Amino acid sequence: MSTPRTTLRRKLITSMMLTSTSVLLLAGAVFVGHDVVSVRRLLVDTIVTRANMLAANSTAALAFQNPDDAGQVLDALKADPRTISAALYDQDGRLFATYPRSGSPALVPQEAGPIGHRFESSALAVSQPVVVDGRRIGTIYLKAGLGLISERARVDAMVVLLAILGSIVVAFGIATWLQRRIAEPILSLAAVAKSISERKDYTVRAKAVGDDEVGVLAEAFDEMLEEIQGRDKEIRLLNADLEHRVAERTKELEESNKELEAFSYSVSHDLRAPLRHIHGFVELLSQHAGPSLDEKGRRHLATISSAAEKMGALIDDLLVFSRMGRTEMRKTTVDLGALAAEVVRELEVDAKGRRVDWKLGALPIVKGDPAMLRLVLTNLFSNALKYSGPREAARIEVEAQSQNGEIVVVVRDNGVGFDPTYVHKLFGVFQRLHGPAEFEGTGIGLANVRRIVGRHGGRTWAEGAIDQGATFYFSLPK
Amino acid sequence: MSMLKRILLAEDNENDVELTLTALGEHNLANEVVVVRDGAEAWDFLCRQGTFAGRNGGNPAVVLLDLKMPKVDGLELLRRMRQDSRFKSVPVVVLTSSREESDIVQSYQLGVNAFVVKPVVFEEFIGAVKNLGLFWAVLNEPPPDRLQPPTAA
Repeated sequence: MSTPRTTLRRKLITSMMLTSTSVLLLAGAVFVGHDVVSVRRLLVDTIVTRANMLAANSTAALAFQNPDDAGQVLDALKADPRTISAALYDQDGRLFATYPRSGSPALVPQEAGPIGHRFESSALAVSQPVVVDGRRIGTIYLKAGLGLISERARVDAMVVLLAILGSIVVAFGIATWLQRRIAEPILSLAAVAKSISERKDYTVRAKAVGDDEVGVLAEAFDEMLEEIQGRDKEIRLLNADLEHRVAERTKELEESNKELEAFSYSVSHDLRAPLRHIHGFVELLSQHAGPSLDEKGRRHLATISSAAEKMGALIDDLLVFSRMGRTEMRKTTVDLGALAAEVVRELEVDAKGRRVDWKLGALPIVKGDPAMLRLVLTNLFSNALKYSGPREAARIEVEAQSQNGEIVVVVRDNGVGFDPTYVHKLFGVFQRLHGPAEFEGTGIGLANVRRIVGRHGGRTWAEGAIDQGATFYFSLPK
Repeated sequence: MSMLKRILLAEDNENDVELTLTALGEHNLANEVVVVRDGAEAWDFLCRQGTFAGRNGGNPAVVLLDLKMPKVDGLELLRRMRQDSRFKSVPVVVLTSSREESDIVQSYQLGVNAFVVKPVVFEEFIGAVKNLGLFWAVLNEPPPDRLQPPTAA
């Protein structure tokens, strides 16, 4: 089990801190926003009221067309440093008096604007009508700075910031305490799981703590461990039993193998001896009594003799076959091409006087037992030679193909072929598809081929039809 | 005229004895054959003890040895002979029905001089035994027979 990249501890604290901080920030922003809005409303009210008061005080100056009086009324604004500028307009909207008195004309509009208030970049501008007995005789304009609002906002932000900082410290403390309560049981569970995965010791237990979901988890975990421990024990027992049984079977196999060896020894020794005696004494009998026997008697003696010979050949073949299955393989690199050429040379001696057209294709170098592979080629080639006997000109082709990671050697002849219905019998022990009168042989050759190729990890198969020639294949792993 | 040396034939099977003697008889070697029925008897003959106490002559020119015999078998006799300085160099030819590789290997490891598998076909058997008799009892020069005085039985 790998060590986690971020710990549960850190995740818990981070999530708690993120939650509390974002809530505080949101609440602070709402507070600051609401405060600024209410301060602005208060400012508007204050300035409008002041403008109305100035308007009331200025009615006489306007009515008597006395700008100096009007200037004096406006000078009262000095008391409030927030006031930037002010102006009085006559009935026709023309500038009548300004504050400050020597203020530049750019500070106030040259003509009266519409009634109402308007926020400019850093100031609030208010225009109110000057009314006497319900008759409008002029307009008052007042412009005040917004310093108060920005000051208020700054203070608010500071308060909120301090509150957040303080809250963060407190939240961190609470989060740490909470995380310990939540994470501690999970962490101890994780430690148990880790130690199990590392040491494969299923006897340890998490020992459930708390009555929450983690407690349930730990309990389930312990139950699971109990189960695993039980199964582990069961598997060990089964395994031991299996090993015991394998050992027993191996012993039995070894014994039966020994029996088989004893059997083949007895076939070799005890069966051949009486056979030799039959043959020997029949010969002695025919030497001794042959002249006094009639034709029929001599034929019977000859039959006994050839039957004994035939049985001797069968026993010898069986012994070779059993040895092919038992003897240890001596694997080296074998040049199949050179081996095939050698086998052909040996067989050509027996095929003297026959027209045989050998076509040896390129054969690869393989891994195998040279003596065994020689027997394979000898059997396949001599079969091809034997069964192409009736042909005026025998043609035997040998080639190798490479397919699916295997080497496939093909031996093709133009001989009498075979009935494909019985192809499954071809490779059996003492199985023959031709009578001894047609072709001699005991029927052990292809059984040997199959056994040897099988021991090399390959396969054997054949194709053919009556009078169409036969093709034999064997594969060897690369 | 060189004196013909004796052939010791250790063979338990009556039929094989008769066939072997017949084959040797074709070269008039049959009279020089001493037949023993098992390894123990062969050992008695070699050591001139038991039924062979006080026999004439020295070691045989060749021992034709069957492997499967009662009491002491062929391989055991061969082992005893090769461990005994008196019979260490006496030529031994195994003449058996067995073609078992382990028998062949073991025989040569024990120091056999030849290993012949009895052919089933009689003509071949006759030929093989005749050749063996001719070669080992007539053509081959046996080791100088260092005669040991017969030890007290």
